[in-house]
Amino acid sequence: MVDVSIPVDAGTAASTPATTTAPASGPNRFAATVKRQLPPLIVLIAAIGVWYIYSYAIGETERKISLPYFHDVVDVAFLDGANRSELLDATLVSARVALIGLIIAMALGIFFAVLMSQASWIERSFYPYAVLMQTVPILALVPLIGMRLGFGFNARVLVVVIISLFPIITNTLFGLKSAQAGLHDLFTLHHVGRLTRLRKLMFPASLPAMFTGFQISAGLSVIGAIVGGFFFGRGDQDLGLRIKLYSSRVLPEQLIGAVVMSALLGIIVFWFFGWAKNRLTASWDESTSG
Amino acid sequence: MGSAADAEIDLRGIMNAPALSFRDVEMTYPDGTHTLTGIDLDVRPGEFVTVVGPSGCGKSTLLKIASGLLDHTGGDVEVDRERIGYVFQDATLLPWRTVRKNVELLCELHDIDKSERAERAQRAIDLVGLSGFEKHHPKRLSGGMRMRVSLARSLTLEPNVFLFDEPFGALDEITRERLNSEVIDLFQREGFAGLFITHSISEAVFMSTRVAVMSSRPGRLVAEFDVPFAYPRPPELRFDPEFAALAGKVSEALRGGHD
Repeated sequence: MVDVSIPVDAGTAASTPATTTAPASGPNRFAATVKRQLPPLIVLIAAIGVWYIYSYAIGETERKISLPYFHDVVDVAFLDGANRSELLDATLVSARVALIGLIIAMALGIFFAVLMSQASWIERSFYPYAVLMQTVPILALVPLIGMRLGFGFNARVLVVVIISLFPIITNTLFGLKSAQAGLHDLFTLHHVGRLTRLRKLMFPASLPAMFTGFQISAGLSVIGAIVGGFFFGRGDQDLGLRIKLYSSRVLPEQLIGAVVMSALLGIIVFWFFGWAKNRLTASWDESTSG
Repeated sequence: MGSAADAEIDLRGIMNAPALSFRDVEMTYPDGTHTLTGIDLDVRPGEFVTVVGPSGCGKSTLLKIASGLLDHTGGDVEVDRERIGYVFQDATLLPWRTVRKNVELLCELHDIDKSERAERAQRAIDLVGLSGFEKHHPKRLSGGMRMRVSLARSLTLEPNVFLFDEPFGALDEITRERLNSEVIDLFQREGFAGLFITHSISEAVFMSTRVAVMSSRPGRLVAEFDVPFAYPRPPELRFDPEFAALAGKVSEALRGGHD
């Protein structure tokens, strides 16, 4: 959560995966790819190794109810057809909730950020409540939302919107205010109206920070989608509900499978916005290399 | 620029009306800082006037007042604000726009139609020697090239009065001297009235028809020197004894203003 309040740092961190390598011919390119992918792959293999050692060390009884071997997880959660389709269906339901919630949060976030950028009194009026929305634990709000909206799709989307709105507002607002004073002087000199200034100066200037906000919120939106299902404990068969059921029925293989799918979902959305940001801003943004 | 524009300049020459004039201008900021006092300065068409002064003496404020970015608190300023070119300390380019799109910006803000805009932009780009770089983003340009884009952008509106706010202060000396020559070439060719702010005495003497010296805060004009050298001025002029003598006088006036 800390990085939410430091958009600049979040920006540099987020832009690292998008490094480009010089185009090279066949074998060279292959070697470069291997060189780039190898270190994280080694870490992954090492982590699975530690996992095996730990699972072995806790003994068979514990292993069955808490941390099974890696290959057992793969067998039960992903290679078993019925289990796999149950997991994939749940992932799709959660993905839909996360995406729709995220899109609504993006629209609302940009709207409020633009509004707040227009006058400091507007910013001062709304900002405390944006912070409040971020600081009130979402867990405390979930039952309230459930009581009011029921446990269906709408309630889950609302949870996602609440959890992902704040980083979009703050980062976009930061971006809108990031245009140099000299550029504002230039626009003032030529008697430019508010809308033109917004369209030709402030909005394009905000894009890198805005997309950093999207990236942060992308991860949060998946968390929001899962938290909703988990705490409602009923309604649509999504990942949250699956996690709850698997844990209450002591099915650690499938529980871990659900965790993996949640992580994967978050990574895909995060990666997508990183890619989109790069496409839109890498050619001109001074803070990205290449 | 065609013959019509030349005629306009001649006409102005005959009338000899200043393109920009300050009469007894005073400036006090709302926080009480008295920045400028009793400023009397005329810049006529065909004149290139440089104001030199120590940092913080209010030189930039003078340009902000001339352009209307700031309101002065006393005296009169006369200038046609529709025909002002303003080159800032930074190139102030829009980083997401290519060179061409940056140069087109002002025409765009003034709703000049697309083909005219493109024509003017191309001419300005050619004038500052950036042909071939039209599709580059500022990120890929050197400091000197960015400044050239900034110059080209101002040229598109064919200004009567060109204000320069220490535009080359951040550049290395070689680039700076080259740009000095290019600006006076443009001045010769386009016939605008120039008001240039700098703290470099050699830059001031090299470029100008007249050098005005400003004292520290509150800024007053304490001396004026006519610069007799004919244009075009070759870079070697900087090593001419007469040039050195004049620079010496400006420097003395500047030091006097400090006391």
